[in-house]
Amino acid sequence: MNELLWIFVASLLVNNFTLYYFLGLCPFFGVSGRLTVAFRLGMATIFVMIITSLCASALNAWVLPHAPYLRLISFIVVIASTVQFVEMTIKKLSPVLFRALGIYLPLITTNCAILFLALTQTSRDYGVLEGLAFALGGGGGFALALVLMASIREEAELSSVPAILKGTAINMFIAGVLSLAFMGFAGLFSSAGN
Amino acid sequence: MSATTPERVYAELTKGIWRENPIFVQVLGMCPTLAVTNSVMNAIAMGVATFFVLVGSSLLVSLLRRLIPREVRISTYIIIIATFVTLADSALEALVPAVHKELGAFIALIVVNCLILGRQEAFASRNPPLLALADAIGMGLGFCIALLCLGGTREILGAGSFLGVSLFGPNFEPWVIMVLPPGGFLMLGAVLLLFAVLRQRKRRPKEVGA
Repeated sequence: MNELLWIFVASLLVNNFTLYYFLGLCPFFGVSGRLTVAFRLGMATIFVMIITSLCASALNAWVLPHAPYLRLISFIVVIASTVQFVEMTIKKLSPVLFRALGIYLPLITTNCAILFLALTQTSRDYGVLEGLAFALGGGGGFALALVLMASIREEAELSSVPAILKGTAINMFIAGVLSLAFMGFAGLFSSAGN
Repeated sequence: MSATTPERVYAELTKGIWRENPIFVQVLGMCPTLAVTNSVMNAIAMGVATFFVLVGSSLLVSLLRRLIPREVRISTYIIIIATFVTLADSALEALVPAVHKELGAFIALIVVNCLILGRQEAFASRNPPLLALADAIGMGLGFCIALLCLGGTREILGAGSFLGVSLFGPNFEPWVIMVLPPGGFLMLGAVLLLFAVLRQRKRRPKEVGA
């Protein structure tokens, strides 16, 4: 149990997928303009991550030992079909959200955080439960970073940013400061005695 | 439109290096850019691997462009790209195991580099092989140059060395922050700012003239 909690906290805060490993930066900068949209994209990503983690566990158990060279291709196909499924579900349940997410919904496929999750889970030999904890932590970490970024950007819109900095440059600096703040969590490692 | 003249090939080749540089201008493929540019060696390995995958898949997609049905084109591109990445991954593992270990999953993550998929969708699938090849080489070179700029600056400032060779002697206090994750964001922010300034400078004399 302790082990699972540790994996969760480590991937949520200490080794945050977005701010420590630089994963999923495209949606991180692309969808963080509005808080509500950012929150929902975060939730959709967590869902895709959980399904991917389960599928990756199954693939690792039965298929990949026989054909290791299919690792990348099989993972990406699983991710692409899950995203397709999520896309159809959201379109049916909430057309408004579907329009708000726009191109970033199918682009969850190319969110590197998800492929990274599947690959890392494989290389660290995680079981099904450990993989789930990792997916929840990683996805939660991505959603957390996205929501934080969106909140800051909504505030930044109201303040007087120099014209030359507007757009991507100021977002980079905001992300840098956020990442700096998250480095504070690195202390958790030593104090938890791990 | 798609006539293959030498001038056209040259234009496609050079546009990726500066005018439409994938990182500095289009801000694509940022995840590997920031994650691996904490040293020059990593930047080179990543740049070469991405270059290989981009050129290989652009050529193949361009050759197959009339055979791929529109509905499944994205999946087809991804599978083609994944095949080339698997090749690059195994090659790097065999040739430079130390670097491969340091880059970890990021070589495999070239599959989901939006720069590569973007070039297939926007260019290779609509143009003949020679143009697609020129475009891919230009974009790949632009990507490598950008990685080298970022990797070089971050290693020089953050570790006081270049390619592992110490530059400033023992008295230099390295800016450790530059090789850590926040340094990546700050550095790219600074470079984008520099580009914005350059662009504004270029525009101003023209406005005065007009």
